[in-house]
Amino acid sequence: MDFLSDNLPYILSGISVGGQYALIAIGYTMVYGILRLINFAHGDVFMVAGLMMVYLSSWAPLYVTIPLVIILTVLLGFIIERAAYKPLRSSPRMSIMISAIGVSYLLQNISLYITGGLNKNYPSIPWISDTITIGTAVTKRVTVITPILTIVLVVALVILIKHTKIGMAMRAVSRDFETSQLMGIKVDSVISYTFIIGSLLAAIGSILYFTNYPGVVPNSGAMPGLKAFVAAVFGGIGSIPGAVVGAFIIGICENIIKGLDTMLVTSGIIKNPLGLATFSDAFTFALLIIILIVKPTGLFGEKKTDKV
Amino acid sequence: MNKKKKNLINVAVLIALLAIVLIFSYFLPSSSMLFVVLKKGAIYSLIAVSMNLLNGFTGLFSLGQAGFMLIGAYTYAIFTIPLAAREQVYQYFNGGIIHFTVPVIVALILAGLAAAIFAFLIGLPVLRLKSDYLAIATLGFAEIIRAIFQWNALGPVTNGSNMLKMFPSFDSIIKDLNKAPFFENLFISSPWIENFLITMLPILLSGICIAVIVMLINSSYGRAFKAIRDDEIAAEAMGINLARHKMISFCTSAFFAGIGGAMLAMFQATIQASAFKSGMTYEILLIVVLGGIGSITGSCIGSFLFIAASEWWLRGLDSGKFLGIDAPGIFRNGFRLVVFSVIIMCVVLFWRKGIMGDKEFDIERIIQWFKNVPVRFRKMIKWFKNFGKKKGEVSGNE
Repeated sequence: MDFLSDNLPYILSGISVGGQYALIAIGYTMVYGILRLINFAHGDVFMVAGLMMVYLSSWAPLYVTIPLVIILTVLLGFIIERAAYKPLRSSPRMSIMISAIGVSYLLQNISLYITGGLNKNYPSIPWISDTITIGTAVTKRVTVITPILTIVLVVALVILIKHTKIGMAMRAVSRDFETSQLMGIKVDSVISYTFIIGSLLAAIGSILYFTNYPGVVPNSGAMPGLKAFVAAVFGGIGSIPGAVVGAFIIGICENIIKGLDTMLVTSGIIKNPLGLATFSDAFTFALLIIILIVKPTGLFGEKKTDKV
Repeated sequence: MNKKKKNLINVAVLIALLAIVLIFSYFLPSSSMLFVVLKKGAIYSLIAVSMNLLNGFTGLFSLGQAGFMLIGAYTYAIFTIPLAAREQVYQYFNGGIIHFTVPVIVALILAGLAAAIFAFLIGLPVLRLKSDYLAIATLGFAEIIRAIFQWNALGPVTNGSNMLKMFPSFDSIIKDLNKAPFFENLFISSPWIENFLITMLPILLSGICIAVIVMLINSSYGRAFKAIRDDEIAAEAMGINLARHKMISFCTSAFFAGIGGAMLAMFQATIQASAFKSGMTYEILLIVVLGGIGSITGSCIGSFLFIAASEWWLRGLDSGKFLGIDAPGIFRNGFRLVVFSVIIMCVVLFWRKGIMGDKEFDIERIIQWFKNVPVRFRKMIKWFKNFGKKKGEVSGNE
């Protein structure tokens, strides 16, 4: 019990970060499921949502800003798909991936221009950034809200996918792109819906994520984006529950590694800190490589065979 | 035109370019941006070509270039920082634990080898993956490498997250050479020749490296790489050992990326692991796309254009004045990069083949192009005449 109460802060923030990654990871996993495209720009959409919040909150009250940010982010995701991915639909996969990298580069540079490269302070949202005490850990209320909200949203999304017409269309398109087209499914609108849902969740994720951090910089979306993608691969790309489980595992492990030095020192295993926190990012990628080698389909992924 | 004549013309073009650089270094001050562009462009050419070898010629979509450059740059720096300077560079780590230096050229080769060895180790698991998984795994490895080099526990070797500096740079190599007893009284110590040599050194080095890559591509290995790119299964059926050839391509690419990284260190005179982010790999990838995936000369032209635009031509966009338009409100810091990325997006979307497509620079084709100008001009006039008419009518007229 002693161990748990000592390390509660790390585990709590791990769960919270995991929830935020999960919200981003869903965007990756859905897009990959349908288009077979790693949407490199998704992490930057998440960052842009953060920046929009910063700028909009300076002239409008929060109850206007938050919905506005979500709407604008959704619009951004929609426009990116229409402008940068749709024209390349029939070209090789490598070109679409390059286009995604190009969009990511563009979004980062635009943000760099607008912010002047400065750290923009994220507005504190009243109720959710209040500090609360759980057991021995002092933390913000957002830490508790994130996992609950994530799970609620995921359940809603799964219901949407399982029980509505558009959800059925999404499943059909991800199973077989061409056949579903022949069956009269409007593939373009299905893809747009996918991007809209992905951006919506990324916007909510960004509000939760940046509340915990002091500010937004143009490349603050890159790392969470990559980690969320790893989470999606870890859980089995194309599977939404998989992405969520993967994201929670990565979030918790990452925060434990961040606190590992202190844990080891307090428990007397080592005398001096080793600086292991440097590896909290690297760990995610090590996990990715291990899962790709051991079980390339991920935890919940379905096996696909390539035909000649 | 036969092959001999073509080679002769190519050599003549190279000599002409060399003469132009010589003339410019005489007339322009050594602080001119032209020399920065030539040096950095040459280094990026090598790195872009090394990436093109993987992405364009072998069809392996790898995004680990920044990691290999980092290994190269650090290996070079660690082995060449003068003993006298080590106390100062490694001030937090009691002068580091390496107490010897090797000559620059040996350090450059070591830099390439270190990167290639890492690539071999990474390649063992990773090369079994396909397309996007390979991309993300190599990207991940680049991040891991960056984390390892910044790790404080390795500080006595890598200086942790602090900067490495005072190793021989292009400037200091040529300047030291001029101070050497043999060269001291020769004419080459005059400033403009010195500047010319400083500019030529990276161009020469990457020229040699690119020549080696070209030779590899033109060999039977190169043909095997292209076969793998075009159809993996067919290539395997023809008896090409996939794992072996992919590994050769991956390690060669890493070797030259490592040398490129070392040269970048020589150019910048200071390096820090935090600069080798995935953004750097993306930039190089965009250069390759700009030049044309699968074209060596395209990558070279692409990188010179990229560097010239970002370091020189579009500078005005950042500092308030561009093409005579004075608008400090819009043309402030970072606008250059916005314009730049819009241009790149346009290339990616509308001009997918890039500058060269998958063809090489060919003097014959350029001559042919100029010969065809009248024909094309006539075609254009015809097009304008027919503009607005219905399609059926146009074909009827013809």
